[in-house]
Amino acid sequence: MADRPIRVLVAKPGLDGHDRGAKVVARALRDAGMEVIYTGIRQTPEMIAEAALQEDVDVVGLSILSGAHRDLFPRIVEQLKQKQLEDVLLVCGGIIPDDDIPVVKRMGFAGVFGPGTSTQDIAVFIREQVARKRGAAVA
Amino acid sequence: MNPAAVEQLRAGNPRAVARALSAVERGGQDARAVIAAIFRHTGRAHIIGVTGAPGTGKSTLVNEIAKHYRRRGVRVGIVAIDPTSPFSGGAILGDRLRMQDLSGDSGVFIRSMATRGSLGGLAAATSDAVKVLDAAGFASVLVETVGAGQNEVEIAQNAHTTIVVEAPGMGDDIQAIKAGIMEIADLLIVNKADRDEVSATVAALEMNLNLKPKAENDWRPPVLKTIATTGEGVADAVEWIGKHRAYLEANCLLQARERTRFRAELEMVVQRELMARLLRGVNGTKIETLIEQIAARELDIYTAAETLIG
Repeated sequence: MADRPIRVLVAKPGLDGHDRGAKVVARALRDAGMEVIYTGIRQTPEMIAEAALQEDVDVVGLSILSGAHRDLFPRIVEQLKQKQLEDVLLVCGGIIPDDDIPVVKRMGFAGVFGPGTSTQDIAVFIREQVARKRGAAVA
Repeated sequence: MNPAAVEQLRAGNPRAVARALSAVERGGQDARAVIAAIFRHTGRAHIIGVTGAPGTGKSTLVNEIAKHYRRRGVRVGIVAIDPTSPFSGGAILGDRLRMQDLSGDSGVFIRSMATRGSLGGLAAATSDAVKVLDAAGFASVLVETVGAGQNEVEIAQNAHTTIVVEAPGMGDDIQAIKAGIMEIADLLIVNKADRDEVSATVAALEMNLNLKPKAENDWRPPVLKTIATTGEGVADAVEWIGKHRAYLEANCLLQARERTRFRAELEMVVQRELMARLLRGVNGTKIETLIEQIAARELDIYTAAETLIG
């Protein structure tokens, strides 16, 4: 079976309209050879999970700057679980206060990338994690 | 593909559909297994192609057309294609962004595809993806091509009804009579009809259609105006899609088009398969050696190919 390109859903949950960061990351992942499904701003947890399901993505990347992550992220994780998408790699970025990072990680986010992260680091992280998951799925 | 998975797919289970779509995208054995299992359940969907230059409003129009079908209770599958970067192999698939009205409706399934190197406006796996959605019971399957230039006409072979979307001010009347994409339209839609120059664009398209002598029973593509962002004109477009379908049925053209499509698909699969088998038997260094010889002008490309095929 040929390895397909890594598919990533990039979405912005909640109400803040600042999507430049999400676009920068989407573009960087494209340049790293990934297929990025970009759904943009104001995504509900239901919309994110539905898109992840239909697009059969390896990764869901969320960008949030509004501070609503403590409220929205658990609902997204729950929606993904309901659709049996526990396998999907979760990463996020935006404004996540330091104190919240362990909280977000406990929710199931493998990578939390704050302002100043190099986009290359994000791409490398995703590639390594997906390779591990795919390896595990075969074994 | 096991029988249980086929049943799930036919029942429209979104996870089964998504997985089958990934399999046909991977190609090779995975694709073959899926298509072999579902093929006899295909042939029911009306396949509607939507093509046109980038930025003419294809995705927004697809969103509006799908909403119309949903009001009638028709289940809608959508395949939306965007280009793969020739440099990185990555892609930004952004068509879903314009289709958010459809989210939360289990009667709609949207899948974004990257071209993955294929030219012609579609991805190599597009026709197989359409089969998956067809077998899953989506009665209308909308295929949105990449933003097309003049020559991305592959969609016409894959769809029953092809819609070419234009925007006002895209060129003069000579653009309208050039060969290529303008010729494949069953419906011509001038979108963004609230803009200036819309009547000039409509007139240019109409003039082109009038230049062709009309034989009896020919389908003459209507030139329609829409404003996809407000939905204006879309009901009319959907009406015309239905008329075109009825025209194809009345003239036994559905079968004819299908045979043309299957011939092309068969040739493509044979080509791909022969190529794969041939290259499996050739070691890589032989090809490299040939390329060196070609570069040194010791061998021409036709002769080199001959030695590979043997």
